[in-house]
Amino acid sequence: MDLAFEKASAFFASVVLFLAVLLFAVLLRESLPALRKFGASFLVTGTWDPVLEQFGALPFLYGTVVSSFLALLIAVPLSVGAAIFINEFAPPWLKAPVSLLAELLAAIPSVIYGLWGIFVLVPILRDGFMKPLTKYLGWIPLFKGPVYGPSMLAAGVLLSIMIIPFILSVSREVLATVPQRQKEAVLSLGGTRWEMIRIVIGQHCLPGIFGATILGLGRALGETMAVTMVIGNRPEIFASLFQQGYSMAAVIANEFAEAGGLQLSSLILIGLLLMLVTFVVNLAAKGILSKMVARASRGI
Amino acid sequence: MTGTIAFRRKAVDRIMKWAFTLCAFLVVLPLFLIFFDLVIKGARELRWTLVVDLPHPVGEPGGGIANGILGTVVITLLTMTWSVPVAVMSGIYLAEYGRGKLASAVRFAVDTLTGVPSIIMGIFAYILLVLPMKRFSAWAGAAALSMIFIPVVVRTTEDMLRTVPTTVREAALALGIARWKATLRITVRTAWPGILTGILLAMSRIIGETAPLLFTALGNQFFQTKLDQPMAAVPLQVFTYAISPYEDWHDKAWAGALVLITMVLLINIAARVLTREKR
Amino acid sequence: MANVFEIHDLSGWFGENQVLKKIRMDIARNSVTSVMGPSGCGKSTFIRCLNRMHDMTPGFRMSGRILLDGVDIHSERIDPVILRRRVGMVFQQPNPFPRMSVSENVAVGIKLNGKKLSRAEIGETVERSLTMAALWDEVKDHLDQPGISLSGGQQQRLCIARALAVQPEVLLMDEPCSALDPMSTSKIEELIEDLSEKYTIAVVTHNMQQAARISDQVAFFLMGELIEMDKSGKIFTNPSDKRTEQYITGRFG
Repeated sequence: MDLAFEKASAFFASVVLFLAVLLFAVLLRESLPALRKFGASFLVTGTWDPVLEQFGALPFLYGTVVSSFLALLIAVPLSVGAAIFINEFAPPWLKAPVSLLAELLAAIPSVIYGLWGIFVLVPILRDGFMKPLTKYLGWIPLFKGPVYGPSMLAAGVLLSIMIIPFILSVSREVLATVPQRQKEAVLSLGGTRWEMIRIVIGQHCLPGIFGATILGLGRALGETMAVTMVIGNRPEIFASLFQQGYSMAAVIANEFAEAGGLQLSSLILIGLLLMLVTFVVNLAAKGILSKMVARASRGI
Repeated sequence: MTGTIAFRRKAVDRIMKWAFTLCAFLVVLPLFLIFFDLVIKGARELRWTLVVDLPHPVGEPGGGIANGILGTVVITLLTMTWSVPVAVMSGIYLAEYGRGKLASAVRFAVDTLTGVPSIIMGIFAYILLVLPMKRFSAWAGAAALSMIFIPVVVRTTEDMLRTVPTTVREAALALGIARWKATLRITVRTAWPGILTGILLAMSRIIGETAPLLFTALGNQFFQTKLDQPMAAVPLQVFTYAISPYEDWHDKAWAGALVLITMVLLINIAARVLTREKR
Repeated sequence: MANVFEIHDLSGWFGENQVLKKIRMDIARNSVTSVMGPSGCGKSTFIRCLNRMHDMTPGFRMSGRILLDGVDIHSERIDPVILRRRVGMVFQQPNPFPRMSVSENVAVGIKLNGKKLSRAEIGETVERSLTMAALWDEVKDHLDQPGISLSGGQQQRLCIARALAVQPEVLLMDEPCSALDPMSTSKIEELIEDLSEKYTIAVVTHNMQQAARISDQVAFFLMGELIEMDKSGKIFTNPSDKRTEQYITGRFG
């Protein structure tokens, strides 16, 4: 009976393993037609034409990467700053509520972020930021109009809000690994709070913060609903952040249900690429972060 | 050290402190904005009819998302029917027997799956179920969601079981209780509040998922409980209403979103209350 | 049979490291035997061989024979699960099951035993076991309280009651008092004396005075070897081996 139970539980665990392998296998198999037809050019071609059956993923790659990096640019400083605030400056009674609020942000479904993005964020960005900027600085390619609202910028900002909770919580853990005595050493030498943070935490936590960043990147890359609702869904590449764009997850979301044949295969190939990219990114994040944990437990 | 330098350092310190405070403020601000909008805009459309009526055609006032609520409930429960046993048993395997190659492989697979974007799970279910069945269905939706649910719960179950001290297991065995009974009736029982919390949190997550359902369950205008047909779900309805060109549907989107966030939060809170109680 | 346990040339290894060296010992029925020695001498390892707890320890290997009532406990005739019902164990850190009440803790051994018992029978067993463990009066009005809400000494007596509920022949106790205060310790020592009328008891202890107080026989272990075993009176007043003498006079420990 003991053996039966052990074998039964092993069976269930193998099922999970099997599903993971199956996932990769079916995605690979279904994307083969597109892979065979386009090969590596899939990554660098910009045409997406269901009629002519020419598919290239470049605009989507571009959009995914740009929106994600934009999100990181905004989210990382804010998250790290907030983490420092909570861990170092917040009075004890404030710590728990603020962390709870950050956790709640993580629980909000993506489609609700998208909804808020369409009707609240985009108008604010458009009227309060993009239109004025285009007026005065529109000659800079990054800020070129015309401004409709849905844009790479909107996607980046919305994504940043969505990944902040994750970067924040990992950053807090990283910050907590700094040995108290090192902090005290700087303070007792007459250093200010900020100098202590800059020296001790800067020295100690950079790899961990980097790991948190990569983790945030992994999440941003795969985000679907919120992005597709505010990015404009236009399969073209523009230099301007105020223009529309498209992302890998978004094009799948929009076109998959009615696609067939080569288009379906191309979409699945995009899905495969997305999965591989997020896999590599998450692996890197875990690698960095587990090294951090190991160092911390050795008391470095 | 002269007074000016000290003054400058203090000033920088002050500025940085306020910078960090500002960061924290900016981080929680969106939460308030979103909830504020959800409540204000969602409440406008909030009537009994919202949760008991079917959607009305464009232009016709009223109507609700009752079919979506039912659909979400059906799909979620369907998902959990097989996902909970699979995930919990796998978690038990990893925590209690998991020392060999199979265990390492399973852990790696679980870690990988938790990082996969949810829309990919939709593709998976589409290939395996929608294509052969030649139709969209609640089965396919549940299949996609279970690929999200299972890895999360395997992880949390294993973690919770590992927090049970070895002495509990030893004491159970020393009483002459068979190992499998000791595992189920004592070890798992000890860790149960944590395991249940993990299950509930995963459940609240899949309730809010839209992407995996887009081309599996697809959505439906009507009440529909046949599992092999397309089925409505609240997140899908929110999405459809939000991107539509009709003003009154936009209002419905907010209302639907309010209902959705309520469902998600209720389960989240239930999960937390459970752990606190058993401390 | 006069001897409950007969141990023949018991040796044990953790990987390459030999931790028990050809132990030979007899444990008489209804006796209290103390196993004492400095840290790391193998006394806990030894006692865990007697109820095959090491089956769960990966990397542990043993040779030699352990006979319980004349039968080798590693033979095919013996089911380790049944063995552990006949040979119970109480651990160093009191470990009542965390999410169970006092009565649930005591009853769990018999409930999960496969036998179908009525509520009344279970209730009787719980009361009987708690009485034998000298805990009944203190908890009889609090049977539904969580087991872990009791004090340290009470928790340990709860664990003893839990072990007694499955009606073992032998009770193994691995430093049962080392985590307890002196009052609780003396309560448990009294308990051990009372229990020895019905049960055979083996107690691992690093406290020499305790060994002297409670036991009939004392076995002195050092570095995995059984140096000397004799009546407790003799061991403490006139030990045969020099090393025993050095230990009891505090030369090392």
